[in-house]
Amino acid sequence: MASSETIHADAPVSTINPEDLQGRIVHFPASQPLQMDAGPAIAPLTIAYQTYGELNNAKSNAILLCHALTGDQHAANSHPTTGKPGWWQTMVGPGKPIDTDRYFVICSNVVGGCMGTTGPMSVNPATGKSYGLDLPVVTIRDMVRAQAMLIDYLGIDQLFCVAGGSMGGMQVLQWVASYPERVFSAMPIATAARHSSQNIAFGEVGRQSVMADPDWRGGRYLDFGIKPQKGLAVARMAAHVTYLSEDVLQQKFGRKYQDREKPTFSFDADFQIESYLRHQGSTFVERFDANSYLYMTRAMDYFDLAADYGGVLANAFRGAKTRFCVTSFTSDWLFPTVNSRAIVHALNAGGASVSFVEIETDRGHDAFLLNVPELFATSRGFLEAAARARGIPVRTAA
Amino acid sequence: MTAITATAASTSGIDDEPLTQSARLDHLLIAGLIERNSRVLDVGCGDGALLRLLSEQRGVDGRGIELSKEGVNDCVAKGLSVIQGDADTDLADYPDDSFDYVILSQTIQATRHPKVVLEHMLRVGRRAVVSFPNFGHWKLRLQLLFQGRMPMTGILSNPWYDTPNIHFCTIRDFVGLLDEIGVKIERADALNRLGAPLGFTAPWWVWNMFGEQAVFLLKRKD
Repeated sequence: MASSETIHADAPVSTINPEDLQGRIVHFPASQPLQMDAGPAIAPLTIAYQTYGELNNAKSNAILLCHALTGDQHAANSHPTTGKPGWWQTMVGPGKPIDTDRYFVICSNVVGGCMGTTGPMSVNPATGKSYGLDLPVVTIRDMVRAQAMLIDYLGIDQLFCVAGGSMGGMQVLQWVASYPERVFSAMPIATAARHSSQNIAFGEVGRQSVMADPDWRGGRYLDFGIKPQKGLAVARMAAHVTYLSEDVLQQKFGRKYQDREKPTFSFDADFQIESYLRHQGSTFVERFDANSYLYMTRAMDYFDLAADYGGVLANAFRGAKTRFCVTSFTSDWLFPTVNSRAIVHALNAGGASVSFVEIETDRGHDAFLLNVPELFATSRGFLEAAARARGIPVRTAA
Repeated sequence: MTAITATAASTSGIDDEPLTQSARLDHLLIAGLIERNSRVLDVGCGDGALLRLLSEQRGVDGRGIELSKEGVNDCVAKGLSVIQGDADTDLADYPDDSFDYVILSQTIQATRHPKVVLEHMLRVGRRAVVSFPNFGHWKLRLQLLFQGRMPMTGILSNPWYDTPNIHFCTIRDFVGLLDEIGVKIERADALNRLGAPLGFTAPWWVWNMFGEQAVFLLKRKD
């Protein structure tokens, strides 16, 4: 039996209970609506989530993972649709930095998502049909408000840590701003306190791509039993480029041809990078809903934490006792380090306890999902120190 | 910012054993200057050895700034609150009076604008602690006099073309800067190579000749 202290980043997790694969579901009745920033409330509300590890008696060891744009609750088990490892299986599991032998890990599908939590695919009680675009526009704060309902439901007063990258990192920041006393420590990774103009632009390209697909049908495609797969695939292809870096594209694909010796002088996918992107697009549409994609990208666009606090980001964190570990990556041009520095400056101005490290990697924005040893070392060290401060006992390996 | 390859005494990893035994003498001296349970910012905190010592010996609430990614990673892995940053650019972002002490240990000679850094330290912190290698030590003077080459010693071991240390000063130079910006010296010690105080009080010129390093505890003039 391998020691549980060893990191096997690529090994399948065999210790996850198979029944977890079905996922956990909580239904909040109409008497517990989710008030949305856009105005209306959603009721009833369903939240699909996964848990790993055990909650201790003091309920002091819970870590909430916040997923990114196209992630879901399946952080550390193989995905029920694709069969691939969970999106953070490199980071989360027995003996891993977010150690499920030690912490109780929760990950829920965000509001507006498409993996079981209420979203545009869900039935609108007013019509009996799917919401489509009748779902109120979702904000990062709405997502966090829904997560807080789940945490209440699980009987947890304070989360030991809230962690996530990209859009997940936005939720981490929002958690501390909304519920400072409920977050002991926070790990926002490769994220920003506001979405940049460039990123809103990329979001718009993706949305317009979906909406330009005739099968989108004004968002009512489910009524016709079809999906705007071409539009969504193109959106994914464009977005995927922004998650990588020029260096990694050059190394991985260069100008190499796909299954041929020379160019065909056509618009076929001659180059490996073209073939790779087409594959990314076509597999993505198998597991993701096009309207959800609109809602997720829009939520990120509207995120501007400082704007809710008089334009001063430091005010969002003032008085928070939360310990922060902020991480960015050198080759991330979607959420470049300057965004993380802005968060760190605001935290320092508010006197918060903050660590910050920029990790050297050529993997681009996607680095937070990949096997990056410095990220693991930083996260492990930060969590261990925070666990000591929180008084979470070290569980001896069985 | 590991500015000089000084008398290295590495910490023992992430275990919880007290560090006092292996701590550098100049660190112990600095620890003696810091009031218990105060708030401390260590600028150029390296691998975090001084911050850990201060946390364990003096119960301080410590923060660090460190230039090298490896240093920051070491620190965070030890549970210290350290950000990657630069004394020259990042001190400006801290509000007034956010710390009781701001420490600049063996780093001032590697900053681009030592005067500005010092002024920020005394704005951000109520007190500042600065330690630095003394370029006026007699051995360095003799090297320059007789060999006609930029001095190199155990503490200052980098050749002139490959050193982060771009603003060397002597103890007298440093005191001159303090006079210029109006800083009160609460305490000063000249140290030998190992970081032990010379153990006697003497006029500045004697310290400037025989101290290999110096540690100053500074306070804003009211």
